[in-house]
Amino acid sequence: MEFPENLLYNTEDEWVRVDGDEAIIGISDFAQDQLGDIVYLELPELGTTVKSGEPFGVVESVKAVSDLYCPIDGIVVARNDGLVEEPQLVNSSPYEEGWMITVRMSEPNKLDDLLTADDYRNRLPQ
Amino acid sequence: MSDERASQEQAPQKLALHDRHVDAGARFTPFSGWEMPLQYTGIIDEHEAVRTSAGVFDVSHLGRVIVDGPNAGHCLRSVTTYNVLEMRPGRAHYSLYCNDTGGIVDDIFVYRLAEERWLVVQNAANHAQGLALLGKSCEAATEDITESTVMLAVQGPEARAALTRVLGRNFQELAARRCAQFSWRNTSLLVARTGYTGEDGAECTVERSLAGELWDDLLAAGVKPAGLGARDTLRLEAALPLHGNDIDLSTNPFEAGLGWVVSMNDDTPFIGRNSLKSLGTEAPSRQLSHMRLLDRGVPRHGYPVLDANSPEAGPLATLTSGTFSPTLRTGIGMAYLPVALAESGARLIVEIHGRAIPAKVVPRPFYRRDA
Repeated sequence: MEFPENLLYNTEDEWVRVDGDEAIIGISDFAQDQLGDIVYLELPELGTTVKSGEPFGVVESVKAVSDLYCPIDGIVVARNDGLVEEPQLVNSSPYEEGWMITVRMSEPNKLDDLLTADDYRNRLPQ
Repeated sequence: MSDERASQEQAPQKLALHDRHVDAGARFTPFSGWEMPLQYTGIIDEHEAVRTSAGVFDVSHLGRVIVDGPNAGHCLRSVTTYNVLEMRPGRAHYSLYCNDTGGIVDDIFVYRLAEERWLVVQNAANHAQGLALLGKSCEAATEDITESTVMLAVQGPEARAALTRVLGRNFQELAARRCAQFSWRNTSLLVARTGYTGEDGAECTVERSLAGELWDDLLAAGVKPAGLGARDTLRLEAALPLHGNDIDLSTNPFEAGLGWVVSMNDDTPFIGRNSLKSLGTEAPSRQLSHMRLLDRGVPRHGYPVLDANSPEAGPLATLTSGTFSPTLRTGIGMAYLPVALAESGARLIVEIHGRAIPAKVVPRPFYRRDA
């Protein structure tokens, strides 16, 4: 199972890739594996305000429904609409083609609250 | 699909083939007191394997009871709704146990192995109850063979070809809903051309000590392991009911569309007959109906269903079963609808996480293999 070193993670299994003042967000390899085959996502509209620690959407697999928790504060500036037709991209490519939203961060300092790949990996059940 | 009745005291029982499932990469889930493979490579992958080639399910958790003796047939007839005495040896038939008021205690499959020898297969959750019912009612010898045997269901368009490779050319002679013994290695298997997926195939019952070899032979013949997750999406696409979801003590066979397994023509008493006779002559007020979503979303057991033409009336029903159909690539579900709404084409709303998703009633099944 992979946890890229260049990403940050929250305790709810979302990852963040920082790109200037923007953050691209998705779910980790562990999360997609736990969920199983993903068949549907609810993601926020562009312009939506999101807050760290609060749900920003829903991911559904055949057998489970799970809230998506935002790792940072800001405004949604991009959304991966390709996941409407191909939700399984989250399973096959959770860090690349399975990206979910891009957020323009309002409080980049809060990135310090997030976990490194090693810290995230060490928290996972063995 | 969770089972709230699983024993609190004991850990779930492991299947005889548990280690084979581990080797095949299974992820397990507790179900009706058993540790069951939920998936191996993925629910959708396994579902598609069954629809396009062949999958094998370990269904050993199902209760298996032999009823043997001169009165076996009459005893069975007295506890189940279908007139099993009409079955010739070598036949298999679906049936129900009902209670005195016509509620459905369990759905079962009955196999007439010989003139006076029967196999009854029951849901795991209701096995103890079914076993007690048979034991109490039957002077015939009842033998619980659940733990001494393994049952593997091989299903899919390539299932029969795979079973022919494993069992030999004689297997080709087994017609639909027939059962027979087939010699295999130094023993024999009971094989029935039945299933719960809407595909062709067969269910094989083998003595426990040789089950591993049968599993290995099937995998070598190209059959793919499939778990409970795919079993549920497959049976729902085939519009087959699941006891505990779509049928239970609060539902009668007629409103569930199962009047065809309630036999009244032989005048023989059976449990629930009087109530079922009345229910059978009345028009049911509701009907187990099938629906597909017209927009994206995943319908699930318990979600509210409304009439799209009068949503202000609030929910009229809740889904008894629901899932994303991998074959149809849309949400499908079942619910008991008032008969006026239970017509093909009727417009509904399914409430999913507070959103109103349009749906419509469709004829069963959702998927038919020869369509």
